[in-house]
Amino acid sequence: MDPKRPGTSFSNGAVMAGLRVSNLSYNFGAKPALQDISFDVDRGQFCALLGPNGAGKSTLFNLLTRLFTSPTGRIEIDGQDLAKNPRAALARLGIVFQQTTLDLDLTVRQNLRYFAALHGLSGRAADLRIDAALERLDMKPRAAEKARTLNGGHKRRAEIARALIHKPLVLLLDEPTAGLDAAARQAITGHVHDLSAEGTTVLWATHLTDEVRPDDRLIILHQSRILADGLAADISGDQPLADRFLSLTAPA
Amino acid sequence: MSPYLTSLRAISQREALRFVHQRERFVAALVRPLVWLLVFAAGFRAALGLSIIPPYQTYITYETYIVPGLCGMILLFNGMQSSLSLVYDREMGSMKLLLTSPLPRWWLLLCKLLGATAISILQVYAFLLIAALFDIRMPSLGYVTVLPALIVAGLMLGALGLLLSSLIKQLENFAGVMNFVIFPMFFLSSALYPLWKMAESSQLLHDVCAVNPFTHGVELIRFALYGQFNPSALLWTLVATAVFTAAALWGYDPARGAIQRRGS
Repeated sequence: MDPKRPGTSFSNGAVMAGLRVSNLSYNFGAKPALQDISFDVDRGQFCALLGPNGAGKSTLFNLLTRLFTSPTGRIEIDGQDLAKNPRAALARLGIVFQQTTLDLDLTVRQNLRYFAALHGLSGRAADLRIDAALERLDMKPRAAEKARTLNGGHKRRAEIARALIHKPLVLLLDEPTAGLDAAARQAITGHVHDLSAEGTTVLWATHLTDEVRPDDRLIILHQSRILADGLAADISGDQPLADRFLSLTAPA
Repeated sequence: MSPYLTSLRAISQREALRFVHQRERFVAALVRPLVWLLVFAAGFRAALGLSIIPPYQTYITYETYIVPGLCGMILLFNGMQSSLSLVYDREMGSMKLLLTSPLPRWWLLLCKLLGATAISILQVYAFLLIAALFDIRMPSLGYVTVLPALIVAGLMLGALGLLLSSLIKQLENFAGVMNFVIFPMFFLSSALYPLWKMAESSQLLHDVCAVNPFTHGVELIRFALYGQFNPSALLWTLVATAVFTAAALWGYDPARGAIQRRGS
């Protein structure tokens, strides 16, 4: 594997999956939260995970980030098995959680430094990466501001910048635009599409169809199962995605 | 610097910053034992007669007797406070940030424990300093020899806090911990009265006190304050630390899904 540009490396002539989930199930007590989920996201692909609230998106994210583990199924993060090699797999993973996880009493830079240290980065090496990540999200001018004073859109951008510090190959975002206004949503959706164009594998969970572009990969999750998986344009067919999504997930 | 030390420094710094940001917490942590020392102990001095028991070589005032117990109280309250902040972190989501770091989970939790213990110990010293200003003094060397005892006892109570945080599902349940952990642990111990006094009133209560790990933490501190080593107290405290830590790590095992049982 070419360490500098892993997004374009090949193994046995085939594109290696950036994210691979096989036969993953999870139950909360007797209630199934995920049933036999399998999908691959190619390296550098932007994959939207669309599902109504309660479809199992958050459970899937918690399993993908190893906040908890399932006895069944398998998760590979850029070729690293999350159960067998959790540390190597997590090192390749960038995560933006649904809730804001910034420490509001600290500045943006302090927050990012804390995160860098959790990934073993400190000193000048960390500062260079923090600057680059903030630059990438147009957040450099806000570095010295307390997280508490940022608006919702800027908080999110700070969190995405934070998730990029350790140069992850795979980026997971759990409803990253929740609670944001239209302009901030568009800016963030744009930023993350750019990241995938540069080679980062992206899994973007949402329940908003307007965040999905026609040439995005799309997985529709409904009632703990995968309902559709393919190119967004193919899934929506000749109707707008919003209508198609509603008819697919409508109560039978 | 190794990733382990980098993360340890960052996590401890964050604990320290959080402590500095909550000034009321620091004041409360100091005022609480001082009230006990200067009000409660003064009132009880006349009521309680203390005989000469090790490590004391002479008659002591009640104020002198309860200083080690109040050091233990600071460590106990801090252990519970860090437990509370862990539950809070979990509800606010910042716990997720910690637990998705590629460093091993046991190490990350240990960093939390070490950071919190260091802060408790600073508070104990602040308390001992103020007590000395009120003329309640220990032998000078005792202030040095007590440090290892404070570390061991602090780790034990911090580990207990860590364990409780893995068991408590929601922040609202925390009041129960106060009633069912802190108060029994504190009152059923040698912090306020020597165990032989307790035996005079009830053998059963004495036995409960004798197995309470907090008693042994307090006795470890008491002996260390007089430059003496209490091996059985150390052994008890270490065993309790090991048990609490192991149980806490089990509680945080991802296969148990303790992080978000309510999941959606």
